[in-house]
Amino acid sequence: MSNLANLQSQILADIAAASDEAALEAVRVGALGKKGSISALLATLGKMDPEQRKTEGAAINLAKDAVAQALAARRDVLKAAALDAKLAAETIDVTLPMREPSAEAGRLHPLSQVWDEVTTIFADMGFAVAEGPDIETDDYNFTKLNFPEGHPAREMHDTFYFNPKEDGSRLLLRTHTSPVQVRTMLSQKPPIRVICPGRTYRSDSDQTHTPMFHQVEGLVIDKGSHLGHLKWILHEFCKAFFEVDNVNMRFRPSFFPFTEPSLEVDIQCRRGKDEIRFGEGEDWLEILGCGMVHPNVLTACGLDPDEYQGFAWGMGIDRIAMLKYGMSDLRQLFEADVRWLNHYGFKPLDIPTLAGGLSS
Amino acid sequence: MKLTLSWLKDHLDTDETLEKLADKLTMIGLEVEGIEDKAKALAPFTIAKVLTAGKHPNADKLQVCTVDVGDGGAPVQVVCGAPNARAGLVTVFAAPGTYIPAKDFTLGIGNIRGVESRGMLCSAAELQISDDHDGIIELPADAPVGAAYAAWAGLGDPVLDINLTPNRQDCAGVHGIARDLAAADMGKFKDPAIKPVKGEFPCPVSVTVEDSKLCPGFALRLVKGVKNGPSPEWLQKRLTAIGLRPINALVDITNYLTFDRSRPLHVFDAAKVKGNLVVRRAHDGETLLALDGRTYTLDSSVCVIADDHGVESLAGIMGGELSGCSSETTDVLIESALWNEINIAQSGRKLGINTDARYRFERGVDPAFMLPGLELATKLVMEFCGGTPSDVVVVGNQFADDKIIDFPLAEVKRLAGIEVSLTEVRRILNHLGFAVAGQAPVVKVAVPSWRSDVHGKADIVEEIVRIVGVDKVPLTPFERGDAPRKPVLTQMQTRTRRAKRALAARGLTEAVTWSFISKPAAEAFGGGQAELALANPIASDLSDMRPSLLPGLIAAAQANADRGSPDLALFEVGQVFKGDLPKDQFMAASGVRRGVASSAGLGRHWSGSAQATALDAKADAFAVLAAAGAPMAGLQIATNKLPAWLHPGRSGAIQIGPQNVLGYFGELHPRVLEQLGADGPLVAFEVMLEKIPDPKQRPTRAKPALELSAFHPVSRDFAFIVDRKVAVADIVRAAQGVDKKLITSVSVFDVYEGKGIDPDKKSVAIAVTLQPRDKTMTDQEIEAVAAKIVAEVTKKTGGSLRG
Repeated sequence: MSNLANLQSQILADIAAASDEAALEAVRVGALGKKGSISALLATLGKMDPEQRKTEGAAINLAKDAVAQALAARRDVLKAAALDAKLAAETIDVTLPMREPSAEAGRLHPLSQVWDEVTTIFADMGFAVAEGPDIETDDYNFTKLNFPEGHPAREMHDTFYFNPKEDGSRLLLRTHTSPVQVRTMLSQKPPIRVICPGRTYRSDSDQTHTPMFHQVEGLVIDKGSHLGHLKWILHEFCKAFFEVDNVNMRFRPSFFPFTEPSLEVDIQCRRGKDEIRFGEGEDWLEILGCGMVHPNVLTACGLDPDEYQGFAWGMGIDRIAMLKYGMSDLRQLFEADVRWLNHYGFKPLDIPTLAGGLSS
Repeated sequence: MKLTLSWLKDHLDTDETLEKLADKLTMIGLEVEGIEDKAKALAPFTIAKVLTAGKHPNADKLQVCTVDVGDGGAPVQVVCGAPNARAGLVTVFAAPGTYIPAKDFTLGIGNIRGVESRGMLCSAAELQISDDHDGIIELPADAPVGAAYAAWAGLGDPVLDINLTPNRQDCAGVHGIARDLAAADMGKFKDPAIKPVKGEFPCPVSVTVEDSKLCPGFALRLVKGVKNGPSPEWLQKRLTAIGLRPINALVDITNYLTFDRSRPLHVFDAAKVKGNLVVRRAHDGETLLALDGRTYTLDSSVCVIADDHGVESLAGIMGGELSGCSSETTDVLIESALWNEINIAQSGRKLGINTDARYRFERGVDPAFMLPGLELATKLVMEFCGGTPSDVVVVGNQFADDKIIDFPLAEVKRLAGIEVSLTEVRRILNHLGFAVAGQAPVVKVAVPSWRSDVHGKADIVEEIVRIVGVDKVPLTPFERGDAPRKPVLTQMQTRTRRAKRALAARGLTEAVTWSFISKPAAEAFGGGQAELALANPIASDLSDMRPSLLPGLIAAAQANADRGSPDLALFEVGQVFKGDLPKDQFMAASGVRRGVASSAGLGRHWSGSAQATALDAKADAFAVLAAAGAPMAGLQIATNKLPAWLHPGRSGAIQIGPQNVLGYFGELHPRVLEQLGADGPLVAFEVMLEKIPDPKQRPTRAKPALELSAFHPVSRDFAFIVDRKVAVADIVRAAQGVDKKLITSVSVFDVYEGKGIDPDKKSVAIAVTLQPRDKTMTDQEIEAVAAKIVAEVTKKTGGSLRG
């Protein structure tokens, strides 16, 4: 083997052996630097005759290229290895648990959710939302709604009263949201289509009664709405709210002072251990009361009952929420137990829409 | 209202099944709440005879009996605890495998203190046929051993329980229920005329009515020479079946007619009545020992029947003990009267007496039946007790003529959406006792005397529709028409909704707490005014309308901590009350954070376990305000006028100028927490949604055009050393004020106190962004603005640029 060949293989071996970029640079300087071994060989070419220079020169340049290539290749390898080592040293523990996103951790009370669901359904049918004060007058809560003074029907409502004023009148906590209907009829011209959701109060407390509860009432006043429309609206509502293809409903004559005729409405269901299914089964469950607005109420609210007519209904928001979502004890709705709220509450991004569904 | 099937059939000729009758009752407005069929429920209970009864070897109060159960087999051994268990007693037996209704368990073969017991001897209470649980049932010696007890005892008559609506007084009697069923094609109504019983002598007792408004009618008759004993067995069984206790024939007759005809009556023992009867208001302080054994003190609002002794009866509500009928009664005065509904209701409520008579009188009995009711009672008295009747004394009883309603037939379609022919209208109304005269389109309808609930056209429509069946009314789509498709929510409703979801999105949990709280809690938050205190609270800690949501949330936070959830963030969006007028009711959004409950999340976590601070509550408040549409750039924080429930140094008011405070945030005052019995620290916020100014109405939905500057923004950092008391907001405002157009933002990126800074100082670092509009800024221009910023901040805060 020639000297050149020996030199080349020695340098290539040194390149292969270089363990980092600094060692590799030393090899490069030793071979190709100004005083490098290959540079030294190239310097000898000047002293050679042209023929020898031609053959030797070609050989030396070949060796130089080979070394340069090997250096470049080795540098890439070492650079990659160095990056790998650096990254390896930067390892973190990606199994650490994250906090739950706030928007997943927070909860809306089921009543707020159901309130939004009910509003969404009725808004689509063209109903506005009317509200009124919790502290009401006897006139709006009873008298204008055709509860005569001293009538036993007043006793059906266990009313919370405030202390009498100097003039003998006494305010009360509304026992139903019907005074909002009165306020609406007194302040708006028909046609009227509103729902009146709100907080209501009766002095009653057991597993199915709390002294505070929530109702949503509906009111339609125009010149042609009748029981058939009322039945249709309530059917449509129940299908939409309970998210079932069909519901069977039973309308029974009943009595409320403010409607005539008056009806109570049962919905057919199957009661399971932890749930109630609608649209099937053998049981009837009472869910609301309704009827044609009593002529005396229309008159008391400044409407001529021979010109205007309409209907109203009322149901417990708490009750329909409990039925739909399988909550068993009304009292728990107001106990603010975070375990209960986390379980039965709704996430803030679960916004009921008709397009995306009321519940997911 | 309870009745039995056989009782109904006294008034209704029908072949319909019990189930069908019950369904129909429900569908015509007489809702059947329950059907009790004792014969079915008690089928396994049989009649048995105790052969021997001896002491239990291991228990003083138990006996070991051998019992003949009548199955032809050997006597059965039963351990029994009843003191009346004795040899020879015929009683009721339940074999192993029998379900015992009152105890809600199925009997097995027992071993009671070492003695085997193969069955049970039963009390009436265990069979749920009465409250009598003093001992096992004692049957006559000749009762057939081995036979089914319920069938033998005549408990085979099913009992219907109707949830009567308050308008249907006429159906507080079986007779009225039968009339409704007949109208609904369930059979033929039996309504024979009631023949008067001829008096054989003048009634020796006269009646004076002092106020005919309180007593529109009063009829009285004496029956002398009666023999008052137990009433006939069929009557006793009926009364027992509907939950009444048979007393004696005379009293049972009054109870029977109360339920049969909705005609309450009263019977006096004539021997105990002194002189004549007068119907009058009670004198203040008069007392009466009533039939319930209680003594009532009366006043002039109560109507009574009195004689020369004084008050003998609470009119229309309850009789007196002393003039009541007993087995010694030989002469009986029967009273059938009409009373003022409202007065009866008020008196009953005032005295706290609920009776079957009061229930009917306060709803208005049939005035035309006052005399027939008395005749019917007389007939029954003579039938059960014999005796000779006097003439009837009648005072008043002037009830109005039939009410006539002009009824356009089109009303049925107008209100109910269903066509009903005149023939059908006439048939239904006639069955219900209404008379119909004339032809379409408007007929005259006469309302029967027992239907005081029917006043007008709508009532007639209801009568027709309920009998035709509401299920026959076709569903009619309710078109929404071409009304404008505008949002239906008001601005406050939208704010309320958005506030709730904004807070939940920050990880808080929504609670719904009571609108009423205790007076001390209300007072601690600026409430407790006399006009907001309930006159009849349901509990002493639910007495006053809440001036703030925070007392409820604080109590809820503590309750949760006590249940083992110490780290929590709760909110509520709901009404608060500053006065009793509609304008004094506001919608508040409030929240509390407790324990490790910073904005980052609840509970300890490797990434940080910060306690909630006042500034977390501030962030909550700002989230609500932003979501509800408040002008965020205009909000200021004031610390000079805080409510007493907040920590004076760790709280702030959020305002738009001093006149409009939108809410508060901060740490709750430890003294208030102590008053409410809650452990602190607790941070809280309260935002009043009504206080947020209304946004400007925009004519279109398009957003304003976006202006993008062609020139690069410049950012410069400054650090100032200021007194610790200096508000960072003042530094920001000073910097911002240098050039409101050029300076587009001032952000605070560091606040430092500690090593290298004097103890009463802090370092505040701000980044100021300058946005040139028409040319790139030169270095000199930038330096000039920077110098102004330093000068302004230094001047306003007394601080200096950090070297």
